[in-house]
Amino acid sequence: MLAVVAWAASAGTAGIPTSLALRIVISRIPLVGRALAQWPALLMARLPGQLPDSLDPSMLESAEIIVLEVRLPRIVLGLLVGAGLAATGASFQGLFRNPLADPYIIGASSGAALGASIGILSAGRAGLAALSLSSPSSYIPVFAFIGAVITVIFVYALSTVDGHVPTDTFLLAGVVVGSFVWAVVSFLMVTAGEDLPKVVMWLMGSLSAKSWAHVRMTAPYVLVGTIALTALGRDFNLAACGEESARYMGLDVERFKKVVILLGSLITAAAVSSSGLIGFVGLVVPHIARMMIGPDHRNLIPVSALGGAVFMVAADTLARVIIPPREVPVGVITAMAGAPFFFYLLRLRKKG
Amino acid sequence: MRVEVRDVRFGYGASGPEVLHGVSLAAECGTLHGVIGPNGSGKSTLLRVIGGVARPSSGCVLLDGQDISSLSPRQAAQRVAAVGASEAVIFPFSVEETVMMGRSPHLRFLTSETSLDVAKAREAMERTGVAHLAERRITALSSGERQRVLIARALAQEPRVLLLDEPTAHLDVNFQVEIMELVQALAHESGITIIAVLHDLNLAGRYCDRITMLSSGQAAACGAPGEVLTEEHLLDVYGVRAIVGRRPELDRPAVFVISGSPRQGGRYVYGERGERGRHGKPDADREGGVSSGADDIE
Repeated sequence: MLAVVAWAASAGTAGIPTSLALRIVISRIPLVGRALAQWPALLMARLPGQLPDSLDPSMLESAEIIVLEVRLPRIVLGLLVGAGLAATGASFQGLFRNPLADPYIIGASSGAALGASIGILSAGRAGLAALSLSSPSSYIPVFAFIGAVITVIFVYALSTVDGHVPTDTFLLAGVVVGSFVWAVVSFLMVTAGEDLPKVVMWLMGSLSAKSWAHVRMTAPYVLVGTIALTALGRDFNLAACGEESARYMGLDVERFKKVVILLGSLITAAAVSSSGLIGFVGLVVPHIARMMIGPDHRNLIPVSALGGAVFMVAADTLARVIIPPREVPVGVITAMAGAPFFFYLLRLRKKG
Repeated sequence: MRVEVRDVRFGYGASGPEVLHGVSLAAECGTLHGVIGPNGSGKSTLLRVIGGVARPSSGCVLLDGQDISSLSPRQAAQRVAAVGASEAVIFPFSVEETVMMGRSPHLRFLTSETSLDVAKAREAMERTGVAHLAERRITALSSGERQRVLIARALAQEPRVLLLDEPTAHLDVNFQVEIMELVQALAHESGITIIAVLHDLNLAGRYCDRITMLSSGQAAACGAPGEVLTEEHLLDVYGVRAIVGRRPELDRPAVFVISGSPRQGGRYVYGERGERGRHGKPDADREGGVSSGADDIE
């Protein structure tokens, strides 16, 4: 993970060497940074790589800004979004006993898309140029988050029968409501006019131009949610045996379902609202993790989270550097890289 | 632990039809109690009610006098374990992991298994003869092995009541006998009260201490196997003409099904011939005392 972060921090069009990027990042880690200030020569020398001989102060300053204000928030957000989506995917696959389940299956994605579209378009329509210029990405996540949460609540309410939530009904309701909401999004896109590219770019999912504000908005949900899901690992194992079996082994299945749906929806909503629809991470990373370490959810959820985090940052960095100076939407990279790798693993397992 | 079912009524959903219309039964400590009846008679539903998974609309289930609906799922799981009819196994847990899950009701939140739990799981695996499979993936086992693993998982719960829904379904005769002998031993030697829904009348007749026969959500007969498995009851409840003999090796009934009965007004009408009342005798030739129990006919 550290290696990927280092690569992600240094790779890019500005040409900042790895050694410098690392030093900048490390110098800002609270305790370590102070230690470095005290024994600079000693520790700096141990870090890998050679600093360029000629470091003029202005270049150092701009490098610092690029690394700390542009790349680092993007990296941290990538870690969070990847971890959250993969942990939620692993959880939903276990809860619904369905290998095709992913974080988006319960309607959070379409809801967020609708929220974001409304946000983008209403800003355009109302001519809120000032608002959109001053903080182009500060209010859209709020719209997306609200859209996602409302949609999941709607799906949940729709599928509740006598206080129970039958899994099949819930999944079906998620798909149906999702289709409907997507239709509304498409309708909005047709009427979008000159704002259409913005909506499309948002839908494709990207980690570009993210600030620490995005990180602050996403971090609590992803961190608390992922830790909570991990803590429920044993209950996930029971649920994975089937609802009735789980109940006979002492799990309050209905309550468990509600808790997991709540946690998963909040994580997904937080991830989607800050970075758009990034597919494949939540579906494939849990499968890869399961093939590597087995189905025990006590390990599977944290390992998926870690794998998702690394995969996301690697994919995003690739998205930045693959055809400079343009950026490929990271969702394109996750699918392009993830699908063949997954296919390879499937074949490998069939042979073994 | 004594299980008493008192006049239980149950229907799926608020508006759904009632499946159980007032069923009562009592299973004594350390006995194997069979539940038989045609498809749709409410056997599996009754088992779910006894396990506390389905809550009856009226009546109650008492475990040593305590109403199971007053227990939390966790408390209930410390007393009652169950093995379902056809549990779809999707995730490739190892056998040991699977059996270890049975320890869950005894573990606190966020704690991991102790060496005591490992020992209990091992004991359960040895009891059902699957200890040598510990490292295998449950998805890679045969049906007979998987059934024994699931029973081991239930035993790891250290239950005092064990509910089995068709434990011999989809198994070949050798495994059927193996499972039933294991189940009987668990009841008689370990003192677990076992209530088993059984499909196979001959297995029920041979191994159960008592049998309840369900018919359309009501107990049509209850008692020792010889009292329940009679030609009259089989005609009445299953709508089949049968000969009931004795097993040669022990004083247990053996059932031979002759044919579907032409019964008017019932659900099992196979032909137009023979106008017979509900309690009519089958007119099949009776070969009194036929007693070769080797063929299990269903």
